[in-house]
Parts: sequence; structure tokens; C-alpha cells
Amino acid sequence: MLKPAEKKKLADKARELREKIIEVTYTCGGAHVGGAFSQHDILVALYYKYLKIDPKRPQWPERDRFVLSKGHGGIGHAVILGDKGYFDEALLDDFNKTGSPFGMHLDRLKVPGVDTSTGSLGHGFPMAVGIALGARLQGKKFRTYCMVGDGECHEGSVWEAAMAGGHYKVTNLTLFVDRNGFCLDGDTEEIMTLEPLDAKFEAFGWRALTIDGHDFAQIDEAILTSQAEKERPVVIIANTIKGKGVDFMEGQTAWHYGGLDDQMKEKALKSIRGK
Amino acid sequence: MAKAQGLTWTISDADHMTQAEIYGEVLTQIGKTNKKVVALTTDLAKSTKIGKFQPDMPDRFFNLGIAEANMMGIASGMAETGLIPVVSTFAVFASLRAAEFVRTDICYQQRNVKIIATHSGTSFGQAGTTHHCTEDLSVMRTFAGMTVIAPADARETGKAVEAVIERDGPCYIRIGRGFEPPLYKDMDFEFEIGKANQLKDGTDVAVIACGPCVVHAVDAAQQAEAQGVSVRVLNMHTIKPIDEEAILAAVMDTRRVITVEDHSVIGGLGSAVADVIAASGKGCAFRKLGYQDEYSIVGYPDDLLHKYKIDADGILETIGEVLKADFEEDEDWEDE
Repeated sequence: MLKPAEKKKLADKARELREKIIEVTYTCGGAHVGGAFSQHDILVALYYKYLKIDPKRPQWPERDRFVLSKGHGGIGHAVILGDKGYFDEALLDDFNKTGSPFGMHLDRLKVPGVDTSTGSLGHGFPMAVGIALGARLQGKKFRTYCMVGDGECHEGSVWEAAMAGGHYKVTNLTLFVDRNGFCLDGDTEEIMTLEPLDAKFEAFGWRALTIDGHDFAQIDEAILTSQAEKERPVVIIANTIKGKGVDFMEGQTAWHYGGLDDQMKEKALKSIRGK
Repeated sequence: MAKAQGLTWTISDADHMTQAEIYGEVLTQIGKTNKKVVALTTDLAKSTKIGKFQPDMPDRFFNLGIAEANMMGIASGMAETGLIPVVSTFAVFASLRAAEFVRTDICYQQRNVKIIATHSGTSFGQAGTTHHCTEDLSVMRTFAGMTVIAPADARETGKAVEAVIERDGPCYIRIGRGFEPPLYKDMDFEFEIGKANQLKDGTDVAVIACGPCVVHAVDAAQQAEAQGVSVRVLNMHTIKPIDEEAILAAVMDTRRVITVEDHSVIGGLGSAVADVIAASGKGCAFRKLGYQDEYSIVGYPDDLLHKYKIDADGILETIGEVLKADFEEDEDWEDE
């Protein structure tokens, strides 16, 4: 059970970092802000409670790994890594600019703390399965966490990786699906049906948990369950809200990607602080 | 029984083993001493011979089913943990079906993965175009950071496999189905990545070949020699990084260059050689032999090499052509 004080700490951190994401979205001209906010609370829980990492040693071989398979959430990931001290946060001022280490999809060779370069959908999950298999083979104790987008689950390679993960029982991997309900062109169920998503994963040999991806208590419990499970790998299907935290973005497919002017920025910050 | 020996492996009956069998055997022997090596395939353990690895090292062998893209991603992830993944499937699937995974998961991220692709070119001729692969050298060459090797025969494959395990970074080796004739009779030859092997010196024409075409180039050169034409033969086993020095020397010394590959003439060995020649500013007669922007037909491999003029007959015919070809004289040539 997550203690109230811990829950408050995570919620405060999540709010503070949502503001930073808005600031960077404003300066960089445009970002995948909707998905960055839907994934956000899970990433905060991971980076501020669960991941065994050392920002001073980004290449520490025994560190836990996190693979953001939905690489377009990179802006949210970058803001967290900056806050954790992997690099000077001032570098985020140049996000998206020519020659900056930061583009909308993060590059592991340029951004300390990024374990795999992602962006092209359906790639991160197979790599995460590979990391988990490699770790287990060598008796390494670290855990791998991976997040796919729900629209990303349209990619065949997600299901190739799911099949392999189920076959090899990669219980040292926790998979999240950021189920915000939208891909770029609209509602996932209108574009290409995903449901029943939990049954699909179960059929591929996974144990599927469904949670509210913005409820820290549920996130916490699901992660603990995934760590304890020894028979089947666990996928946590997190029902989330695209643009969560900013009233005029929430549930709006238009905010899959967008930029902010001065007025919108202030309105967004006000909305985040007000919640 | 002729032995084949590398630094860390020995095969006693190399004469009776195909290119792929030697590959499987060498990899297995390397795997016994280098515990970082893991072997991955996609339901082609038997066909590619990577399956030889499994009995002795079942924990380090992964048959991922018929899912090539996933295999490349998994290999990239395993490399992140410090392992040296060696993956095998047919060349057409490694280079085309899984191309973006090779590019984005392995090359872009500088992952230490070795791809040993079999059944390249038209070596699986009877299977038809879906299983031929005349594009892989071209595709793999364009991926920044990728080393690309096309060994001439089984013994050279053994040396190449050993060399790529020692080399840091992504590497691609393409071999045939396994029934190609041997070029080297013993192991007394050098193999260095990026350094062509000159098999025969000559001053009239240079034939630069790779893979199964090398043995035909030697045959053609010997026949030409009997007709009084002096032909240099280079085994250009490494397509990238290409041996510029050997190419420039061939241009300077012969001024007539023919490239031969079991591959499209677009983007492979011929294109790599042409790049070097064009940048040199030197004039020479030049022909690229291979598949001329077309899909190869069904047939037995030997028949196909003949049809597409990449066997000894085709090369000999082209030698005759380039001897008659005109090229722009270069004033400074003699001074160089």
C-alpha cells in the first residue's frame, strides 16, 4: 500500500513536472504533449519510486532499464531525466533545435539516461524483451520496464514481441500500455479495433492487469504485482487520459501534437496548478 | 581430410562441408569459449546451420519463430546487456523484411550485433524470387556504421565469422545456401576486414568480385591468360569499408575494371567500386556484372550465374568487351 505521504510526494512531483513539460512545449514550438501527459504519472512513479538507477552513472550495468517504446513521449521522458539530474536542465531550452541532443524522439547516444533510442513504433518492446532475456541469461538482477502506446499495438512487431515474451516467460519485465484511447488520426477503436486488449495479451501468455493510469495507488499495486509474478510476464493496461492535467487538452485527439502560444501556455499552467 | 583452422577453432573435414556448415561449426566453437555469444534464429536453425550452436549451449540459443523484425529488436536488447548476439536467417528476410529494425535498433544505436545471412543472391535458385536476395548488399551498405562482408567460400566464411566476433559494432555477413565450390584449398591466406585479397596479378584488366563469383573470376582470368590477356583478380570480400587502395591500384595498373557480384548492379559491390573510381578522377573502362535491375528467374544456381553472366563464361566475355572499350585518356596518368 502506498502511504499517503508517498502518494502526495508523487502527485506533487507529477504536477511540478507537468508544468515543466508545458514550458518546454512552449519553447520548442510543439510536442506530443497529449501522450506525454497520459503516460506521465506512471513514469513519475517509476522514476521517483521504483527504478534502481543512478543518474551519476547512466551506464551503470546493473541499473534497471526503462524503454519508452512509444518514443513520441520523449518530451515527458526528457523532462523527468533532467529533473533526476542526468544532464543540465538548461539544455532543454534547445529542445528540437538544430544540433540539440533533444528531438521529439530521444537518442540513447545523445541523452544520458536513455537506455534505448525509440521513435519508430513497435521497436522498443522487442528491444525490452531482449534486454530482459539478456539480463536473465547472465543472472543479472535488474528489472526492465517498458511502455507501449495503445495505438502502437497496431504494429505487428508488438505482437511478435508479446509472443516471445510469453513464450520465454520474461517475468523480469513489466510492460505498460498507455491506453489513452487515441492514435494520431482519432479513436483507436474507430481506426483499428484493439479491444479486447487484455484478452489479447492473455492469449499471448501474459497476465493482464487493468488500472487507472493516473491513480498512484493503483500504479503502485500493479507494479508490485508485476514484480512478484513468477509464472507469466505482466502487462499493465493503464487507462489514461490524453492530455491529462490540462483541462482544454484532456481527451482531445487534437492534442496528440501541438504548440502553445503565450496565452495557451498560461492557461495550461493555471489548469495544472488548479488541480 | 583437409583441416581448416582459425585462431579459436579447428575443423577437420573442411573439404566436405558447405559454407553454411562451416559457419555453424565455427560459431559453435567460438561460442564454447566466448560466453558472451548468443545465437538467434527465426525457425531457420537447420537451414542456416546456426542450429549447430544449440546442443552444446541450449541456454544461449533462441529460436524466435518466424518473426524476423522481432529477432533484430531482441538482439539489440541483448547487446545492451553486454552479450554478442549472432542472428541468422535468409538474406532476403534479414535485409528487407527486418530492414528498419536492423537500421534503427542495431545500426543507429551502435549495438554489437552480428547478422549472418544465408541463401543470398540466387543461391536458393529453385525457390524463386521471393527467396532470392539481390538487394542486401545495397541495403546494408547504406546503414551508417554497418560492416558488410561477402566471403568467397566456406574457409573464408570461417575467418570472417571469427573476425566479426572480434570487431566491435554491427556487422553483416552474407553467404549462400551452401553448395558453392571452394576457392581456397587450405587456410593459408590472410583475411582482414576491409582489405581485398589479390588472387592473381595482371595488367590488362582487373576483375573485382565477391562471394560465389570470385571462383568464377579466377577461372575466367586463367582462361584469358591462355589467350594472352593479363587479368588481375581481387577478392573484394568486404563491401564496406571498401578497400579503396586496391581499387585505385587496379585502375592505375589496368585501366579496365569489371565488377562481379551475385547481386543487383545497383548499390552493391559494383556501385561501391564505381564510387571510388569516380572520385579518383581517373578514366577507365568499367563494367558492372550482376542482376541488371531485374528479378532473377527460377533455376539451378549454376544456370542462373550463367544466365546473368556472372560465371566464368560471362566474365570472360566481358573481359573481351572491355579490351575493346574506349576511355578518356588522362594526361597526368603516367606521372602518378
